[in-house]
Parts: sequence; C-alpha cells; structure tokens
Amino acid sequence: MTRFIIKRLASMVLVLFAVSVITFLIFNVIPNGDPAVRMAGKQPTETQVQAIREEWGFDKPIYVQYATTMKLLFTGQMVSYFSQLNVVEEIWKGVPRTFALAIGAAILWMIFAIALGLWSAMRAGGISDNLLNVFALIGISMPVFWLGALMNQYLGFELSNVLGFELFPNGGYVEFSESPWQWFHHLILPWIALSVLFIGFYSRVLRANIIETMDEDYVRTARAKGLSDRRVLLHHVLRNSLIPVVTLWGLDFAVVIGGGAILTETVFNLQGVGQYAADAIGQLDQPPILAVTMFGAFFVVFFNTVIDIVYAALDPRIRLEAGDSA
Amino acid sequence: MGEPLLTVSDLRVSFRTEGGLVQAVDGVSFDLDRGEVLSIVGESGCGKSVMAMTLMGLTASRNASISGSIRLGETEIVGADDDSLRSIRGERMAMIFQNPMSSLNPVQRIGDQIVEQIRAHRDVSKSEAMERAVYLLNAVGVPDAKARARAYPHEFSGGMRQRAMIAMALSLDPEVLIADEPTTALDVTIQAQIIDLLMELNREMGLAVILITHDLGVVAEIANRVAVMYAGQLVEEASLDGLFYDPLHPYSWGLLGSVPRVDGERPKRLAQIKGQPPSLIDPPKGCRFRERCPHAFEACEGPVALEPRAGDPGHPDRCLLPVEAKRDLRKLDSGRIGLEEAGAGS
Amino acid sequence: MNTAADRAESDLQEFDSPPAVTGGGEAGIGPWRLAARRMRRRRGALAFGLIFVVLVAVCLLAPVYADLVAGSGPYENHLTDQVTVDGQSVNVVGYDGIPIGPTWQGEFLLGADGNGRDVAVRLLYGGRNSLLIGIASAIITTILGLIVGLLAGYFRGWTDSVLSRLMDILWAFPVILLGIALGTSLALGGLALGPIDISGGSLAIPIFVIAIIYVPYLARPIRGEVLSLREKEFVEAARAQGMGSLRLIASEILPNVLSTALVFFPLLVANAILLEAALSFLGAGVQPPEPSWGTMIDEGVQRIITAPALAIVPGVMLVLTVLALNVFGEAVRESLDPKAKVRIEH
Ligand SMILES: Nc1ncnc2c1ncn2[C@@H]1O[C@H](COP(=O)(O)OP(=O)(O)OP(=O)(O)O)[C@@H](O)[C@H]1O
Ligand SMILES: [Mg+2]
Repeated sequence: MTRFIIKRLASMVLVLFAVSVITFLIFNVIPNGDPAVRMAGKQPTETQVQAIREEWGFDKPIYVQYATTMKLLFTGQMVSYFSQLNVVEEIWKGVPRTFALAIGAAILWMIFAIALGLWSAMRAGGISDNLLNVFALIGISMPVFWLGALMNQYLGFELSNVLGFELFPNGGYVEFSESPWQWFHHLILPWIALSVLFIGFYSRVLRANIIETMDEDYVRTARAKGLSDRRVLLHHVLRNSLIPVVTLWGLDFAVVIGGGAILTETVFNLQGVGQYAADAIGQLDQPPILAVTMFGAFFVVFFNTVIDIVYAALDPRIRLEAGDSA
Repeated sequence: MGEPLLTVSDLRVSFRTEGGLVQAVDGVSFDLDRGEVLSIVGESGCGKSVMAMTLMGLTASRNASISGSIRLGETEIVGADDDSLRSIRGERMAMIFQNPMSSLNPVQRIGDQIVEQIRAHRDVSKSEAMERAVYLLNAVGVPDAKARARAYPHEFSGGMRQRAMIAMALSLDPEVLIADEPTTALDVTIQAQIIDLLMELNREMGLAVILITHDLGVVAEIANRVAVMYAGQLVEEASLDGLFYDPLHPYSWGLLGSVPRVDGERPKRLAQIKGQPPSLIDPPKGCRFRERCPHAFEACEGPVALEPRAGDPGHPDRCLLPVEAKRDLRKLDSGRIGLEEAGAGS
Repeated sequence: MNTAADRAESDLQEFDSPPAVTGGGEAGIGPWRLAARRMRRRRGALAFGLIFVVLVAVCLLAPVYADLVAGSGPYENHLTDQVTVDGQSVNVVGYDGIPIGPTWQGEFLLGADGNGRDVAVRLLYGGRNSLLIGIASAIITTILGLIVGLLAGYFRGWTDSVLSRLMDILWAFPVILLGIALGTSLALGGLALGPIDISGGSLAIPIFVIAIIYVPYLARPIRGEVLSLREKEFVEAARAQGMGSLRLIASEILPNVLSTALVFFPLLVANAILLEAALSFLGAGVQPPEPSWGTMIDEGVQRIITAPALAIVPGVMLVLTVLALNVFGEAVRESLDPKAKVRIEH
C-alpha cells in the first residue's frame, strides 16, 4: 500500500509538471504575436509592455520564460495588469465560494441521481422510466448558464416580486460566518442549476449499471439465497453499480471544484474562482486566466490521485494488487 | 418411497425476444425423490439452466412466461408470490452455479455472504450465524475456515469458491440442492473433489440433488437417475443403468457415443452430434431431433409423447421406433450417431 | 418518444443479448445491417434526427430569410428606425432603450435586440455559426481522435506512451477552462500553424479549440479497441502476409473502430455546440458582432429584465438542437453498440 501511494504520488508530480508546461505553452508560445502584449490585456501602453517583457523574461530563452512564469505564479507575485490585483490572492478569495458551490452540488446531484437511477432501473421500459429518460436528456442538453440565468430571473427575481418575499434570492453570495442561513439560501439555486446536468447524466449511467448488474451471477446467487428484493437491490445490485459511478463522481467533483463551475458562478454572481477567470475574459486579461487554468488542472490531477488512493483502500481487489507489489 | 419430494409437471418457459418467442422449456415433467440424485444432461442451449432457475422461482424477467406446475411437498412454486418463494429459496431448495468466479459478490466477505443467507431466514445473532458459517466452511473443506471467512471472493481459488458456494447452499439444511454445472469451470482434480463432496452430502445428509452437467463421467459416478434434454424437452428418462446399458432414444445414443464400452477408459464429455439443434423459436412439429436423426421416418413428423415405450414405467422416451428396432439399430452403428463427422471436428 | 413501439423496443433491449438464441434468425445479418434495422424501429429518435436536419436547413437559409422576409441583415442596426405593427408605427428601440418584442410578422418576427438588430435574422445566422462550429469541430475531433487512437493502440510502445500521456494531460484540464485558456490566448493574435494562419476573430479559432479539447474523449476508447483488435486472428493473418502497418491499420483495423466513431459523432456535435455556446457566453468563443447562439444568450442575459425574449429565444434553439442530437445519438449508440460507454463533458 505504501509503495502504491508513493508510485501514485510520483506520477502525480510528473503530470503536474506536464500540465504546467502545457499551460505555459498555451499562453506564451502557441498563439501568434508578442506574448508581452497579450499579457498586458486589451489596451496596453508601450511602457507597460516593456515592463512585462522584462518581468516575464520574454526576451530570454524559452525555458527561462517557463521558469519565470512558474516563479511568478508559485511565489504569489503574479498580478493582473488590468486590475493591478495580485492574482493568487484573488483566487484564494474565491476558493471558499467555489468549494461551497461544488460540495453542495455534488451531494445534491448524487442523491438525486441515485434515487432517479434506481427508480428508472426498477421500472425499465415503463412510462415513468421513459419520462425520466426524456427529462434526463433535456437536462444534459441544457446549457447551465442559460438555465441558471432563467432561474435567477424567474425564481429569484420575478417570483420574489410576485410573492412579496424572497423565496430564492437573486444571485450573490453571503459568507457562512456572516449568516449560515443566508449562505445556504443564496446557494440553493446555484446548487440546483449546477446539478441538473449531472443528475441527468448520472441517473442514466446508474440506471444502465443497475440493469447490467442485475444480470450478474452474484445477484442471481443473492436471489437464490432467499433475500428480499429490497436487500438484493440495495446490498448487492446498488452497491456494485455504484462503484463506477463513484469514480465518475470523484472526477466530476474535482473538475467542478477546480473552477469548472465557472458558468454557474458567473450567472449567479458567486465570485468564486471560476468567475474570477470569467471576469478577466472581457479584458483579455491573461494572468488570472492562466492562474485559474493551472489551478483547475492541478486540482483535478491532485484529486484524481486522492481518489485512486482512497479507492485502493476501499476496494478489496485493488488493495490486493497493491499488496502484491509491495 | 412414497410421495416424491419435488414434482414437476408440464413445465413450460418461454421468453419474448427481438427474434420471436423462445420456447426454452417445453413441457418438462419429472419427479425427484428424497435422497435421490437426478442428473440432467443435454447439449448447450437446450434449456437446462432455464429449467433449473425456474425450479427456484428465479425466472422472473418480465419477458418470461411460465406455465405448468412445480410442487415442492405441499407448496406450488409456479405463480407463487414473492414471500413464499423467498421462504423456499435457500431454506428448502438451494442452488449452486456453474461459475464460482462470478457467483459470489466481489465486495462482500465470504463469511458475511453466508451469514446474510442465514439471517434472512433465521432469527439469530450475527455472531451465531458467523459461527455456523465457519462450521460449514470447515465442513466443506475450506482450511483455516475461521480466518478465511473474512476473505473476499477474489482471495479464494475457484475450487474454494465453489466450496464456499456449497457451504452457503447448505447453510439452512435444504431438502433439494440444484447444481447447475458445478464443476465445468474448475480444474479436473478440483472437479473430482467437488463431486466427492456432493456425493458425501447426498449420502450423509440424505440431500436430494438435481445435477446438471455435460460430464458423463460425473453422471456415472453420482447419479441415480438421468434425464436427457433436447431442445426444451425431455427425450428420455431412465435409471443410471437404464440409460447407460439400454439407451432408447437415438439422441441419447449420440450423447453416449463417446463412452467406451469395454476398455474401461474414463468416460469423456458428451459427444458432439452432427448438425445444430433446432431453433427454440418455432421449433419443428413432431420429433425435434428428426432432422439430425439418421433413423427418422414419416411418423416422426407427427406428435411424439414421452412414454414408457419399452414397458418399464421408470424408463420413458420420445422415439417412435419400435423397441426392437432401436436395440438393433443401436448395435448396428454402435450408437454412434454422426460421430464419425463430429469426431473429425473436435 | 412514448409510442408503444418504442416502449416495447426498450422492453426488449435489455434482453437482446443473453445467451444467443440457438440457430436463431439474426445470425446471418451483419452488424451494420442489424444496427440499421434497430435504428429504423426507433421512430422517436429518427424524428429528432429529422428535427436536427430541419434546423440545419433552416439556418442555412438565413440569407434568404434576411433578404426576402426580414429585409435586414444580421449586422444592420435599426436603432432609430420604426416598424409598422398592426397598422401602428412603433420604434424598434424605445426611448427607454428597450427593444421591440416579437411582432409575429416578417420584419422583426422575434423582435429586436439592444442594437436594433432583427433577432430572427441573427438567430438564423447565429445558428449557422453555432452549427458550423459544432459540426466542423466534431469532424476534426473525429479525425484526430481516430489518428491518435489508431497509432497509439497499434504501435504501442513509446508512440502509445507519448500520445496517451498527452491525452491524459489534456484530459486533466477542466474542459471549460481549457476552452477559455485557448480561446483568450488565441483571440488577440490568432494562430500560425505552419502554412495555416488563423486570425484572432476568425470562427476557425473556436472550431480549432473545441476540436482539440474533445480529442481525448474519442482517442481513449479507440485506442482501447485497437489494442484488443491488433491481437485478433484476422489482423495476425494480414500481418503474416506481410501487409505494411499503415495499410493494415487502414484496411483491417479502421473499419472495425468506425462504429465507435459513429457512436460518438452526434454526441460530439451536441457537446461542441454547447461548449461553443458556453465559451461565447463568456466571451472566449465567437467574437461580436459575429452572432452565435452563445453570444446572443450572453447579450440577452444582460437585458433579461427588460427583454427576456432575447435570452429565451436563442436558448430554446440551442436546447432543441442539442436535445435532437442527444436523442438521436443515444439511439445510434443503442443500435450500434448497446454496451458502449460514452462520456463527454461540457
Ligand atoms: N432471459 C432470456 N431471454 C431470452 N432467451 C433466453 C433467456 N434465458 C435463456 N434464454 C434462451 O433459452 C435457451 C436455453 O438456455 P439455457 O441457458 O437454459 O441453456 P443450457 O441448456 O443451460 O445451456 P448450457 O449448457 O450452455 O448452460 C437458450 O436458447 C437461450 O438463448
Ligand atoms: Mg446452462
């Protein structure tokens, strides 16, 4: 197990390095034109560009440029030339908001996906299954920013006007420390909006897994044992069907927490990490985007490693393999 | 022997599929007595597993329809509700399967899987059930049972898994054990051990066994009676000796074709017979073996019932040839229907 | 979706693969014919496929609509113009800055946007762009994904290592962040790829960006299939005959992975359209004044309080298009390869 963890961590470091190189290439090498000009944003002055060129070492060889970029990022010195704010500090400000959104949504979508997936699989081919399939397909076809904007407008704004009180607030974020209830209240709509797509997707995956698992020999065994249908379903079918879904869930959770919920954050004005990057796009303000991209990919890679390790600890089969190699 | 333990009459199972209605079991009847070992043999796809599953009330997919009757003592299984089926499964009738690799839940400990079955039927504590599980594992020959009960299936070898399956099946002292090709997936030496174990259980506990197998050697070793199944129907039923020394149906001759008579060599698996069994979707009227049978004549296109044609009520078959003709023909081609061709292929 | 035929079909779907029906009728049919037959039965899905085709056709007719019906191009401002509705003359954009809503007549059928441009006209032109980006990038993704998957799977060794690691790394980036990163970094200066020179505002930028992002989603499963295909007998045989690697890939392996590519294609288009919309919404995709459904939703959301139609209309078109592709794509998947696991993020 220890050896498995070490091996896994080593490969993580390699991937992180590769990710940083790719990010560097995307921003500083692949595009046409002077990177210093791009870094400066939409309307740079000549002195600004000159200063950036020196700071980022754009007149130096490419590996020096890479090293300088990484140094700027990891020592927390990178600034946005548009807002003059420190990029890393701004990202840190967004982190709790992004986490709150991601964690709540991940729980919500998993609960609903399990409930709906089970329901459909139990009634496979029936009317309610077909209906859920239609809803799921609509859910995965819905752009989250459009759905979010409509929810915000109609459930957050118009509905409050009609009711005379705020059933749902119209966007924004309240610190948990300020008011736990307001915090929760402001996150309800974003959680739902972000979950819709995943519920649609996961419930279908789970439904398919359940139906597939029901044909497994060990499920037949479980039924032959005289267990109740409920017990067969929950202890044998669901448990095994969930294993691949939980993996998916870990991956998607990593993406969402790594800034992938940028659209939801933006429509509901949550000011999370993703929105920080989104707000920089209008000015083509590159440093925030570079930093958030790297942050997101790092998080995904890191989280995948954690999942692998937790998985090895949980799944007896993987544990055995790990034990063999130790 | 009195009342049979299990009475199956005119059992029919069909499946709706994309290609049409699959008549997997088509009018099967037989009795099983206490302490008896009934072996069911037949080519792949002839409906043995479907029949076995139906006996347990496990053929529940929505595309299946079942008719006929399966009586276990006083209880009717066909059409029984879930609760009464549950009280039979595991408790009075248990089943072990062909593939022990996949028949145990991969993420549950072996001991827990046995405990789960015991506690589904008996109101006992976890530790009492576990004690019994360890006792059973020990009894079926799992060494160091106490520790091994905590293992996961993938930590067991195939033979050990099948032993664990048997321990599980026996955990509530069932009256009938249905074993669907219990040794097919195992090494030869392990096969013999498992069969010995089953024999021992049969003798010592008086357990009635329905054994589905392709292995005539196993049949010869353990069975009291044999039923030969073809395309969803029984074509011959006989005592062990009856089938081996006086097989009445040409299909049985074919199956037995590879069993050497005098040289005493160990019997092999079922012989291959030239040609394909008929589709179970719209099977031919009359004798289903007709198209592959070198002795078929016009009457074979008419109805053929399973009847004691040779006079022995314990030895019915489904072939219309006169008994004497059967015995002669059998001798003539040494019962080797299509074997020359099949032998070349295998 | 809910016709009886559909329901019966999905009833059967789960049961169409258990043990092959012996001698059944489907054996002789090739996989493509079988898929086509299954596809034909899925009327609902075909209807959605048709919806997509109609949407494409309508969007292609954008210039005709602009000239003949609306009398206004996609970029034309009518900020100070007036339009006659029900005999009354109305400002296209009111003094309060609120544009006119749907008139349900030729001019400004769906109203005007904040710049006094005809929404219906822009909707069609925007659709043309969105569809162009979706389809073009899906084609490029398919080609690149096939190349990468085939090379990595066939040559294995370091080719595989390099390509697979590259795919892993691309995969590590959250799709939308990678899109923004590439979209913004290319938006200013454009891209010079050898002889190809793409300028910053060009539609080719989002096409290229989206195409690259989705390559790993296709390349990975293709690679997996190729890995097992290359061990198959027919490939071994071709290799033994001295067929060159590239010819072998093209003639023996490629045809066998095409069904996977086909399964992915509609879903790739759907996700590419969604990603285009998301990037454009954020300002990192199609650059104004060029319309696309994403940019239109972006503009609409900014005016959602006073003119909600501006956000709703392009969104509905987007959802309808993507839904049509998803429904159709799901049916293609189930017809061609029911077991395929397809996963694409957006
Ligand atoms: N759920 C099902 N739906 C449709 N057809 C089925 C189903 N289950 C079994 N069949 C069909 O029923 C027939 C009998 O299958 P069965 O598994 O009983 O054969 P078998 O005699 O056990 O063969 P083997 O020796 O290979 O185990 C086969 O043709 C099979 O295709
Ligand atoms: Mg079987």
